[in-house]
Amino acid sequence: MATSAQRKPIRWHIGVLLAPAILIYTVIMLLPVFDSLRMSLYGKGPDGAPMFVGLANYTTLLTDSYWQGPFWNALWNNVVFFIIHMLVQNPIGILLAALLSLGKLPGREFYRTALFLPTMLSFVIVGFVWKLILSPAWGVSKTLLGSVGLGSWFAPWLGQPDTALITLALISVWQFIGLPMMLIYAAMIAIPDELMEAASCDGVTGINQFFKIKLPLIWPSIGVVSILTFVGNFNAFDLIYVSQGALAGPNFSTDILGTLLYRTFFGNQLQSGDPFMGATIAGAMFLIILCGVCVYLYGVQRRLAYYQM
Amino acid sequence: MKRALTMSAAVVAVCASWAPMAQAASTLVIESWRADDLAIWQDKIIPAFEKAHPDIKVTFAPTAPKEYNAALNAKLESGTAGDIVTCRPFDASLEQFTKGRLAPLNDLPGMNNFSAAAKLAWSTDDGKTTFCVPMASVLHGFIYNKEAFDKLGLKEPKTEDELFAALDKIKKDGTYVPMAMGTADQWEAATTGYQNIGPNYWKGEEGRNAVIQGSQKLSEGGWVETLRTLAKWGPYLGDGYKAQSYADSQNIFTLGRAAIYPGGSWEISGFNAQATFKMGAFPPPVRKVGDTCYISDHPDIAVGMNTKTKNPEAAKKFLTWVTTSDFAKIYANALPGFFSLQTAPVAVDDPLAQTFVGWRNGCKSTIRSTYQILSRGAKPNLEDATWGASANVINGTETPEKAAERLQAALANWYKPQQK
Repeated sequence: MATSAQRKPIRWHIGVLLAPAILIYTVIMLLPVFDSLRMSLYGKGPDGAPMFVGLANYTTLLTDSYWQGPFWNALWNNVVFFIIHMLVQNPIGILLAALLSLGKLPGREFYRTALFLPTMLSFVIVGFVWKLILSPAWGVSKTLLGSVGLGSWFAPWLGQPDTALITLALISVWQFIGLPMMLIYAAMIAIPDELMEAASCDGVTGINQFFKIKLPLIWPSIGVVSILTFVGNFNAFDLIYVSQGALAGPNFSTDILGTLLYRTFFGNQLQSGDPFMGATIAGAMFLIILCGVCVYLYGVQRRLAYYQM
Repeated sequence: MKRALTMSAAVVAVCASWAPMAQAASTLVIESWRADDLAIWQDKIIPAFEKAHPDIKVTFAPTAPKEYNAALNAKLESGTAGDIVTCRPFDASLEQFTKGRLAPLNDLPGMNNFSAAAKLAWSTDDGKTTFCVPMASVLHGFIYNKEAFDKLGLKEPKTEDELFAALDKIKKDGTYVPMAMGTADQWEAATTGYQNIGPNYWKGEEGRNAVIQGSQKLSEGGWVETLRTLAKWGPYLGDGYKAQSYADSQNIFTLGRAAIYPGGSWEISGFNAQATFKMGAFPPPVRKVGDTCYISDHPDIAVGMNTKTKNPEAAKKFLTWVTTSDFAKIYANALPGFFSLQTAPVAVDDPLAQTFVGWRNGCKSTIRSTYQILSRGAKPNLEDATWGASANVINGTETPEKAAERLQAALANWYKPQQK
């Protein structure tokens, strides 16, 4: 009895303060995720009631001739979507951040806000606006190209199987360029001026300053941006759905995992939804993202060098 | 996810049914996807019914078309759906009936005002039980700009050769886009292309029933010929038609930029409001002079009774009223282009709608080929596959033969009569 009185009092306030966040997160995030994973292990029984089928749905998804085609197509399109983001969005984001963090840039605040603005817009607006800009019937892009003598370059990019996905990826890049820019800009302005001055004294100037001093210091931020891009891209759905519809035309050339999931889960026109196969695709997406994040955490993040400044 | 969906649907249903619950006992709530018609129901249809039945109050509570099937399903499952349910044609409603959520209506007075064909879309496969009162059907065809035709000295084409000759002439002149249609939404290519001209090729009901019985394949005869003709449409559509959406096509036509619009009677009220020029319509041209013409006369909308309604008597009174000519007259004239399915002819005032409905006299009616039975397979669903095939063929990314074979494979994959 005497010992228990000497024990540190239980710090209730920690639990109480954490409870709302944990509760809400569990109810609206964790439970649905696990319920969805559980559902992917069920199928429609002979009497129409749900029946436990183990991993049969996943086998169907990967081996059935009518499921594997759309699945691999969607996965490949997703990979292309991600590669375009990594090759275009992130380098340009770094470049913009580097320009913004230059000492004497007039109108810096204006550019910073203007470049970040599309990120705050709804997908619906972005999809609709770009569809209008690129529309062959009313769009301004044809006129604009024509005014510089490049009218013949215009094509209905969103309607051609070989250009639609790239066009949509670039629209998404346009929308989200603000995120890498901001994160990397924040890392760059955290670099103390003394460090740059010291570098200058040692003869590291100009472009070398960026590659030899700044870049090593912002690698962790670039890592975070990459993993955010990865998760965001493999969960993407809205932009494709808004601009191309649930069938992700033309001829499924813009079909990514998100649209495949939607079409399977909720159905389309005369096709009724299949919640079990839908949950299976959701499960596959979850695993893909989980693997990607693990590869990053164990393969990349541990090797990054962190500097105390 | 399913739970969340059910819950949100329940919340919507509670909100929707709260208001009438506070009122008199015999109150009816109508579930519908026709949010566009809210004003017509509130200002014309409901007052007319309430005048005849002062003891019954009716509320029209529509959901967005895209969400209707899923929301209705959830509401019926949780017992919160309205008393009267607007029925989609064929399998969506049949499923609700087999689950016991829609009441059989064979004994409803007034059901003999409809022919068996009109009731087809809301009857069991054996045709013995009907579970919704048919309201309206839509007709497919071509709408054209009369001013453009007059200017270029064109006449309504009667045969396919005449249609292509007219298209060539419009293209050569260059003032107008010959035909306003895009392939971006895919729905257009299938519905206003394939299902529009197809009946002349597969001989309407004859071909459709043959596929259902398994004696014709989607990869042979008229079925593949339809796709071969569609493949010739591409050059007559506007620049960049591959990225042109359904709404773009409608606007291109109503702005007077295009001469011909392949579509259907459901466009009439919208086009009347938008277009400033005179319009005419011609049925899908036949292949040779003297051929029988077939038109897609598609049952689109009906109403049924929720088995869990608290006011079955009032609901039956309402449904009986829908079978009368009083209702048909109001509905057909408030929504020109949505034609009554009653056997007794209903006078329609709109001239364009009159043209459309007139084709029923000379041509044989059929329905969209994919809607009954054939689209019950999930992967790939025949309707979805038809959208893709029609769009690909017009875009030139798939040959008609390959597309037709793909459709046949999609059907034979699950449909027993086609596996022989």
